[in-house]
Amino acid sequence: MWDYLKLVVFGLIAVLAAIAASYARDLAYGVHAILVTLIATGLFVYSLKKVGEPKVVETGYMDGPIRVGVALTAFWGAVGFLVGTFIAFQLAFPQLNFGWAEGYLNFGRLRPLHTSAVIFAFGGTALITSSFYIVQRTSGARLWGGNLAWFVFWGYQLFIVLAATGYLLGATQSKEYAEPEWYTDLWLTVVWVAYLLVFLGTLIKRKEPHIYVANWFYLSFIVTIAMLHVVNNLALPVSIFGSKSVQLFSGVQDAMTQWWYGHNAVGFFLTAGFLGMMYYFVPKQAERPVFSYKLSIIHFWALIFLYIWAGPHHLHYTALPDWAGTLGMVFSVILWMPSWGGMINGLMTLSGAWDKLRTDPIIRMMVVSIGFYGMSTFEGPMMSIRAVNALSHYTDWTIGHVHSGALGWNGMITFGALYFLTPRLWNRTGLYSLRLVSWHFWLATIGIVLYASSMWVTGILEGLMWREVDAQGFLVNSFADTVSAKFPMYVVRGLGGVLFLSGALIMCYNLLMTVLRAPAQEAEAPAAAPAE
Amino acid sequence: MMDTYSLMRLFADSWVLLAMFFFFLGVVFWAFRPGSRAVHDDTASIPFRHEDKPAGDRD
Repeated sequence: MWDYLKLVVFGLIAVLAAIAASYARDLAYGVHAILVTLIATGLFVYSLKKVGEPKVVETGYMDGPIRVGVALTAFWGAVGFLVGTFIAFQLAFPQLNFGWAEGYLNFGRLRPLHTSAVIFAFGGTALITSSFYIVQRTSGARLWGGNLAWFVFWGYQLFIVLAATGYLLGATQSKEYAEPEWYTDLWLTVVWVAYLLVFLGTLIKRKEPHIYVANWFYLSFIVTIAMLHVVNNLALPVSIFGSKSVQLFSGVQDAMTQWWYGHNAVGFFLTAGFLGMMYYFVPKQAERPVFSYKLSIIHFWALIFLYIWAGPHHLHYTALPDWAGTLGMVFSVILWMPSWGGMINGLMTLSGAWDKLRTDPIIRMMVVSIGFYGMSTFEGPMMSIRAVNALSHYTDWTIGHVHSGALGWNGMITFGALYFLTPRLWNRTGLYSLRLVSWHFWLATIGIVLYASSMWVTGILEGLMWREVDAQGFLVNSFADTVSAKFPMYVVRGLGGVLFLSGALIMCYNLLMTVLRAPAQEAEAPAAAPAE
Repeated sequence: MMDTYSLMRLFADSWVLLAMFFFFLGVVFWAFRPGSRAVHDDTASIPFRHEDKPAGDRD
């Protein structure tokens, strides 16, 4: 019955998408409709072939989507870093905005592609993949919902493809980190609800009496992102056959909603979700339980209660009322406490095992990642203070801050997780090469340092030049003066990107060779009791 | 009759604020309640069980 229903659904989607493609009012919508037609037709044929095949009831952990997820996380990482490095050089050398690609590959089109590729494609795939791995292991139960997990996984990849191609073809609602247009947003909502169901279903049928803290963080990430996504993307399509939509909020309400979304995307996507990774992979790699479980509970609740209020610090000195800005600023500063509590908890998990830092490059990666978590959660609250913000806002300092968090914290913990997962998922004794992990570690770390320090210099330089006035009170510098003064730092930033990217490419090679070449783990040998 | 905004504002910066604050304090006290150590030690070691297969599965 379900087989036939699936056929009807895929057939209907294919026909409707084909009709939509023929009525398409703009290029992006047309391309997307054709893409959906092709995918639905492919799925229709695939399901037709499988009709009547006997169903096999599978047991054990469901690792299929996780294996694909590990591969795709590495792939999206490389793509996202490549685009990022390219646009960094576009800023240094504007000639790289090629005339023949105007309107498709210029900086304005590629920048959202870069941000979404690293946050949603690389980070999002890493989060879904690792959450599926962790929730099964810490619940002692197979993923709930059977093939629903595959739907979540591929559905999310379709969202990424729709978003990324949309940016290049000009479908964007111009909201930071929420650029995709209305139909892409609706699709993500469907996928996200399925994700919540799979995750909750697995938690509900768990065999452990308690829910491990990593799952708390993942759950808060899933629930909060659902809420943020729906509210920030309230929009009315101009036509059902076109990609353009009109926001329901306007003016300062729209700005506040956007940064309530934007900052909590940082708080719950890039922080809470990745903390879930930290609370599982760091204890596993260090082979000892988390330093203080009580601290992890307080870390969780404090983070949840505080982060949601911090958004207004993005709107200092705007039409937003001062009290709202002050509220955001105060909560951002209070956030220091749980962030550093969490950092200490992660680092101290290694107490008694610090020697592993010398021998295990994966744990080194995780420790540096937690270090960057601490540094960027120190820098962020400082920059949210109104007086500091007067200097830092709209300058490259912000970009540097974001990247020390994203490359350092999110990137490094994800690399650590990928190195942890690959041998286990493909049943290998270990990684292909630990030397290459060390190379990756140093290339990435030096890359981040170059990136962050050049952005501090250019950010503060820019901020000081913008506010410089002469004795008569006239501004001393024109905008173009600051642009030319920043040139050397832009080149340094680009070089940092090259280092970080080459580290990631080495990782891709290492992971691939682990799957292809590393010796397979033998079936558990009967434990021989050592003579004592 | 107060407009909706002011009414919500009134709730937000009085009773709701207090309720959330006390909920948070409650969580902290709950985490430190006597006898929680054993539970927490057991929960913290969850990652070291069921590595390869779900609980109750035989191979």
